[in-house]
Amino acid sequence: MKKTFLGLTAAASLLAGVSMAAAEPVKVGMITTLSGGGASLGIDVRDGFQLALKQSGNTDVELIIEDDARKPDLAVQLSDKLIQSDKVDVMTGIIWSNLAMAVIPGAVAQDKIYLSPNAGPSQLAGAGCNANYFNVAWQNDNLHEAMGAYATSADFKKSFILAPNYPAGKDALTGFKRFFKGEVVKEVYTQLGQTDYAAEIAEIRASGADNVFFFLPGGMGIAFMKQYAGAGVDVPLLGPAFSFDQAILQAVGDAALGVKNTSQWSKDIDNETNKAFVESFQAEYGRLPSLYASQGFDTANLLLSAMETASISDKDAFRAALKAANFKSTRGDFKFGNNNHPIQDIYVREVIKEGDVYTNKLVGVALEDHADAYAADCKM
Amino acid sequence: MTVALFLEQILNGLQLGVMLFLMAAGLTLIFGVMGLINLAHGSLFMIGGFVCAAVAAWTGSFWLGLIASLIAAAAAGALVEIAVIRRLYDRDHLDQVLATFALVLMFSEAVRFVFGSFPLYLDPPVFLAGPVMLPGDLPYPAYRLAIIIAGLVVAAGLGLLISKTRLGMQIRAGEADREMIAALGVDIRFLYTVVFALGAALAGFAGALIGAIQSVQIGMGEPVLILAFVVIVIGGIGSIRGALVAALIVGLVDTLGRFLLPTLLSGAMEASAARGVGSALASMLIYLLMAVVLVFKPRGLFPANA
Repeated sequence: MKKTFLGLTAAASLLAGVSMAAAEPVKVGMITTLSGGGASLGIDVRDGFQLALKQSGNTDVELIIEDDARKPDLAVQLSDKLIQSDKVDVMTGIIWSNLAMAVIPGAVAQDKIYLSPNAGPSQLAGAGCNANYFNVAWQNDNLHEAMGAYATSADFKKSFILAPNYPAGKDALTGFKRFFKGEVVKEVYTQLGQTDYAAEIAEIRASGADNVFFFLPGGMGIAFMKQYAGAGVDVPLLGPAFSFDQAILQAVGDAALGVKNTSQWSKDIDNETNKAFVESFQAEYGRLPSLYASQGFDTANLLLSAMETASISDKDAFRAALKAANFKSTRGDFKFGNNNHPIQDIYVREVIKEGDVYTNKLVGVALEDHADAYAADCKM
Repeated sequence: MTVALFLEQILNGLQLGVMLFLMAAGLTLIFGVMGLINLAHGSLFMIGGFVCAAVAAWTGSFWLGLIASLIAAAAAGALVEIAVIRRLYDRDHLDQVLATFALVLMFSEAVRFVFGSFPLYLDPPVFLAGPVMLPGDLPYPAYRLAIIIAGLVVAAGLGLLISKTRLGMQIRAGEADREMIAALGVDIRFLYTVVFALGAALAGFAGALIGAIQSVQIGMGEPVLILAFVVIVIGGIGSIRGALVAALIVGLVDTLGRFLLPTLLSGAMEASAARGVGSALASMLIYLLMAVVLVFKPRGLFPANA
């Protein structure tokens, strides 16, 4: 009898030990773009996220990755699958704002926590903010606002502005205009995924603008820059970092040298976390990280930091732990505003060539401790 | 708005039109001669782009890439015709659509398997990389001008092939009466394979040309395919001349619409609303054009068997 009792207690304590070690595993569903013209963005976010998980040695995160191919309908199906059949606790990964608007409101309403590594549509930053939604990258307008501020300080007077016709494109041009004090000579919305910009480039040539501000992430940026170089228009280009990421720069080459762009991250931001991140990313994947990779990396580290102090089964405590943002960001200082969007510095970078590789270097700060324009509308 | 801008947009419209013609010519020949709706034509365009980019990256020569893309697309076309399409001639159009749509999915996955999900890059040859000065001090990208010229040369060649050669005579006879030319001793199965391969080569050629100004990616052919279908419906199914005229009209209407409509509308309404309505209307414009043409000419502008 005594033996049985001992055995039972031993078994019980063993079991307790096991469950202690498992410390509430967290199931993460990542929907991101891994194929088509936007694939390089999703692949960078995924790789950055996985690198952070690997470095932490934390085995309590179960990551399920799905490819949305930049299709909103597919993203919604995948989100239903992750929530209903995989029963994930946390979701992340979406790159494009039109997909974000299709997925995130539904997911957070079902009490899933959503950590956005990229898309930050204005609709989710103002009146539509939600306690379950955290943006670890930026509100969409931010980088464009910074470029508007830079263009003003660099004494540009007449701007031709161009973006795709989808939520982030509208946020981009709104953000630029909010801080640009010169004149906008023409504002053009193109189709999302458009690959031929001949008509727009002809208009730029005829517009008399002294700068072109364009927001064309992924394959759109590659097509635009190549065609712009071929057309021989010599109006200087300005843009957010999205128009000059690692993949675009390698495809465009010399034509991009010297171009200024704005970013919340750069590979030469001087802090320990960032140095270690840039080195380990290169060692792991054999290429330079982009800002998207840094965002994926920060997103995973934010999640891991919350898991250390709170259990996912206590949602309130977990949300509070996320909001504290007690992790070391590759950007240096990082904190959330009242609407769960970052308050951070935004830098100006310049495209340079290092050996055979095109990349960016820091040249200054465009906006310090910058919050977004919608925070005041958020009742949190 | 200046005259130079207007002229440049007309050239852009011509370039789009010429590219659409290369796609539509194959599509309309295949439909006219064999009565087959081929949704996989966009995949042949994609194959042309990928093969050209891969061979150009490997050999460093755009021209070798271009030749390789012609050969690869023609070979893929012939293979598909012999293996799959041949079984579809006697079926109805719904079966053909289903089978060729399956081919689209298979080609996309096969290309993903071979080349990966990342887009490939293809640069135009160096001497065509910059702008050229056209008369009247109008700078225009040399490569786009080359596309216009190449497309018009192909159109002329195709016209001669159809009207002057023995093969062209057989193609025209095949459009008019399939059974009769088979009864006259023409090897109709071989003729079909040749026509299909010819159409495929034209699509591959277009894919390679366009790949150099865009990024070469999976699914690049489908948006072009939709426009090409509009072109053959407007031009009259089966007619090469109709395809050329309709392709140029569609290219010009689409380009000029995108550029002029927002400007025209801004006179009538507030600027941001005009941009929204203008770009929405511009993307509908060619479908409106198709509807109008079909009201007055239900068989297209140049019906083949009129």
